[in-house]
Amino acid sequence: MFFKKSPWIIHYDATSCNGCDIEVIASLTPMYDLERFGIINTGNPKHADIFVVTGSVNESSHQVVKNIYDQMPNPKVVVAVGICATSGGIFRECYNVLGGVDTVIPVDVYVPGCAARPESIIDGIIKALDILERRLVEFRKAKTEARRQEKKLRRYHLND
Amino acid sequence: MSQRNVIPFGPQHPVLPEPIHLDLVTEDETVVEAIPSIGFVHRGLEKLVEKKDYQDFVYVAERICGICSFMHGMTYCQAVEEVMGIAVPERALYLRTVWAELSRVHSHLMWLGLAADAFGFESLFMNCWKLREGILDIIEATTGGRVIFGSCKIGGVRRDIDGDTMKGIVEKLDRIAAEIRHTTDVFLNDYSVQHRLKEVGVMSGEEAYALGTVGPVLRASGVAMDARKIGYAAYRNLKFEPVVEKSGDCHARCRVRVREIFQSIDLIGQAARKMPEGEIAVKVTGAPSGEYFSRVEQPRGEVIYYVKANGTKNLQRFRVRTPTFANLPAMVRMLKGASIADVPNIILTVDPCISCIER
Amino acid sequence: MIEEQTTIAVGKDELLGTVSDFHSQGYRLVQICCTALGDTIEIHYSFDKDYRFTNLRLTVKPGEEIQSVSIIYWSAFAYENEMSELFGVKIRNIVVDYKGHFYRTAVATPFVATETDEKNDTGKE
Repeated sequence: MFFKKSPWIIHYDATSCNGCDIEVIASLTPMYDLERFGIINTGNPKHADIFVVTGSVNESSHQVVKNIYDQMPNPKVVVAVGICATSGGIFRECYNVLGGVDTVIPVDVYVPGCAARPESIIDGIIKALDILERRLVEFRKAKTEARRQEKKLRRYHLND
Repeated sequence: MSQRNVIPFGPQHPVLPEPIHLDLVTEDETVVEAIPSIGFVHRGLEKLVEKKDYQDFVYVAERICGICSFMHGMTYCQAVEEVMGIAVPERALYLRTVWAELSRVHSHLMWLGLAADAFGFESLFMNCWKLREGILDIIEATTGGRVIFGSCKIGGVRRDIDGDTMKGIVEKLDRIAAEIRHTTDVFLNDYSVQHRLKEVGVMSGEEAYALGTVGPVLRASGVAMDARKIGYAAYRNLKFEPVVEKSGDCHARCRVRVREIFQSIDLIGQAARKMPEGEIAVKVTGAPSGEYFSRVEQPRGEVIYYVKANGTKNLQRFRVRTPTFANLPAMVRMLKGASIADVPNIILTVDPCISCIER
Repeated sequence: MIEEQTTIAVGKDELLGTVSDFHSQGYRLVQICCTALGDTIEIHYSFDKDYRFTNLRLTVKPGEEIQSVSIIYWSAFAYENEMSELFGVKIRNIVVDYKGHFYRTAVATPFVATETDEKNDTGKE
């Protein structure tokens, strides 16, 4: 029940200029220290609970973003860091930019800023923790319900 | 009997903060060929000049890359100033130099951290990033931003640093330098660091020069090429020599960057002593007409900005050749024949900036 | 003026000869840059030696085929792939030819103005 005490995050740079990326990493390092919340930056989508995306999506990266999202186990939360990830920002009019991350995957928390400051990134991720916890409860409820249904079916030999 | 395999590397990979994809053709544990494929960060911002006017475009130029953002803005301003024949006040040139060197220090510290992370030295990574925050504090106090400064404009700079603050900055840098030396000694002397980096990814000086390599990668192979020697901004009045190492391996590239941190801190001290009083910007009117190639030494090497204007508010063509783009062929060459375990180290010691490559 | 920059105009046929001249004199290939000027395309080959900056300017018509310089300077393949993908310049004999899959842009040859150059929002592959 203490899922939010130790969520792992995965970070992907969709088309960011690096400004937000280094701030995401800076918020994990001693000065800001997101790790005090039990958060670890992982490289493996299958271990991750929170997906932090920086930068808008483009022609090549939208498939990568979708793949990483699909590989993450449920429940999961997406945090879009920076104004580019939110709407495309200053690069909105570029020919190769499709727009914000929400054009590809559902986004739960939007962190504004160019570049987003570590303080607001931390705020965004803490906000995501509550969403994660809520989603976990729903997920467990749905799972229990599914199991109950299955048991019922098995009792009447309906699923043979 | 060895077997050929193709191992995909990236775009999402634990050691890479940025997306680049490489197809590594391997024979057992050895890479025989590396085929890079890019395009995961390509935005096409060179074409934005048609929509934004030449003064507003400074904001876009600064966002080509968030690590050396100030230098991108500065190179763009220099290019337009040369085309328009604007004489930038001397004080503004010195201020630009100070901020440029501060970004070099923060970029190199950041790189040292990422390199430590790549060979699995987690506490060293954390230490470098902690030191980097000291530099970022100075940057934030003088410009208002941490990574994107927004303090450069065509015709000068937006903000001034007064004498007392400048003195305080130099004192603070001296204090930080002592701490940095404590950490960089680990890179220079530690057995396990040397074990991972020495004689890995060796590139000779001739080969590096022939491949058009720039920046610390070229200097680590023994070629003294530093675009700051051209004498843009205030560098013509400052004393420095390009940092050169001979051996051309990953550890040499590491040593070059370590020594450049202290060189930059020294340059900031020199600039602070020589900085003249006066205006920090001139008023810019009219529209540019002409063309110019502007060159600046960034933390990763020489960057080229090409600006072509035809007398309208919008530039006709704007083109950036970033240092990592020039280092890409060298990276592919170095990966050939390397062990698969050394691939992350070799890629990291080139200090790739993918958003720079693709723009 | 920060530095002197010389620009030499060069014809399509003299290109390879001039570039190999630069190579034998020990120049470094700094960059290759392409500019679309309506009915012509300007290509700059920049070289540097001991901080002396020299440019070759080649003017071609769209659709005209030029020779690759990557047999002289191997590192030119990156610039030439970029040119052929973003500007549609036809280049013969690139050492490593990506055949238009270097950046994989949403629009083909975005820098050469055509009617269909407007932003493509479909996001389909």
